[in-house]
Amino acid sequence: MEINKVKEKMTDLLSDVFDGATIMVGGFGEAGSPIELLHGLIDHGAKNLTIIANNAGNGNIGLGALIGQKQVKKVICSFPRSPKGITFAEQYNKGEIELEVVPQGTLAERIRAAGSGIPGFYTATAVGTPLAEGKEEKIFNGKKYILEEALHADFALIKAEVSDRYGNLFYNKTARNFNPIMSMAAKNTLVQAKKIVQPNFTNPEHVITPGIFVQKVIEIKEPIIETIAIEEGLTYP
Amino acid sequence: MININSNNILKGWDRNTIAEKIANDLPHGSYVNLGIGMPELVSQYIKDDREIIYHSENGLLGMGPSPNENEIDYDLINAGKKPVTILPGGSFCHHADSFSMIRGGHIDYCVLGAMEISIKGDLANWSTGKGIPAVGGAMDLVAGAKNVFVMTQHLTKEGRPKLVNECSLPLTGASVVSRVYTDYAVLDITDNGFKVIKIADDIPFEYLQSVTEGKVYQ
Repeated sequence: MEINKVKEKMTDLLSDVFDGATIMVGGFGEAGSPIELLHGLIDHGAKNLTIIANNAGNGNIGLGALIGQKQVKKVICSFPRSPKGITFAEQYNKGEIELEVVPQGTLAERIRAAGSGIPGFYTATAVGTPLAEGKEEKIFNGKKYILEEALHADFALIKAEVSDRYGNLFYNKTARNFNPIMSMAAKNTLVQAKKIVQPNFTNPEHVITPGIFVQKVIEIKEPIIETIAIEEGLTYP
Repeated sequence: MININSNNILKGWDRNTIAEKIANDLPHGSYVNLGIGMPELVSQYIKDDREIIYHSENGLLGMGPSPNENEIDYDLINAGKKPVTILPGGSFCHHADSFSMIRGGHIDYCVLGAMEISIKGDLANWSTGKGIPAVGGAMDLVAGAKNVFVMTQHLTKEGRPKLVNECSLPLTGASVVSRVYTDYAVLDITDNGFKVIKIADDIPFEYLQSVTEGKVYQ
């Protein structure tokens, strides 16, 4: 019997997601954002989610729509403001959603650490700022650093350009961003790929995320482009 | 200190002139991260005698200018989430690698905007203390880049000094700024105060001191 991580139905891909799960969402702005998986999660209906992402959604599609459906209790991100980021702002201003702001590089490194079995690390980023409050300090070679802890997740929602049945992935341009490290940090990595090649990659040099980090894959041939969708007034559901 | 009001605010360099002064101070072969907004102007003033490689912290090294309308690719964007291009010799990487370039001390220069800069080189540029807090990569850049240049107006819109003894706003980093480029002058952060490297022709030194909190010297 052959390994095959490819699922035909979104419900099969998302079947293990549970209420209260911590979910990483790939992407930086719209590039690499798994909008179709997020819409699948809206249909799935899981609630009280903690989302780890760089942003907190734009417009009323993708992560913005998931927040709009009140499925998210907390967002851990570096930059929760977007030009059309209405849903997060509304709930934040009413005190209905929690926010943990993390410097972008610290966010990336905390995710990388989780995927690499590193429980914590010291960094100079944020030393002397409000984001260092309550964190352990240590001096190395006369310079002050703070302790940051690994950021784990139950699931990662990932957008890739190409996958094969093993879940070997590569990405398109700057849509790579958080996707490879989130794939490594989550217990269950769920991927939407624009194309699934059979039976596998012809050139192993092109694999950016090796399949060991990936659990399930679905093909989404023509994913929504956020900028165009928002211009056209698309909302979900 | 004289009382600054809209009647006696002098006009120094325009933002293009400031950008040109920064561009002239970036050496050939430098790896540079330009902040979103006014610092982006710097790339327009790089002379032909040098090649600069631009880093965008979302995972792009070798960033080129904006694309034509028909060449926009929404998977190829900069840290400001605007479509850009990649130049020959450029490369993509994931976010942890991209921030290793910053945090590991590989970026030679970053140019950022500011709300306040203290005489010790503290920078406040991410939060007014109000609204939804959002930091992005600013704290990583100031902690990790080899040289941190600030590009800013010398005074706030209300006419208050941005160069101060102590920042009143939440810090982005403590003792991180190397040099400040304003519409009035180029100033280095030193143990003795703000050292004037260049001053705009129409700006008297006494005026510069009067619109700067903390000691300015030549």
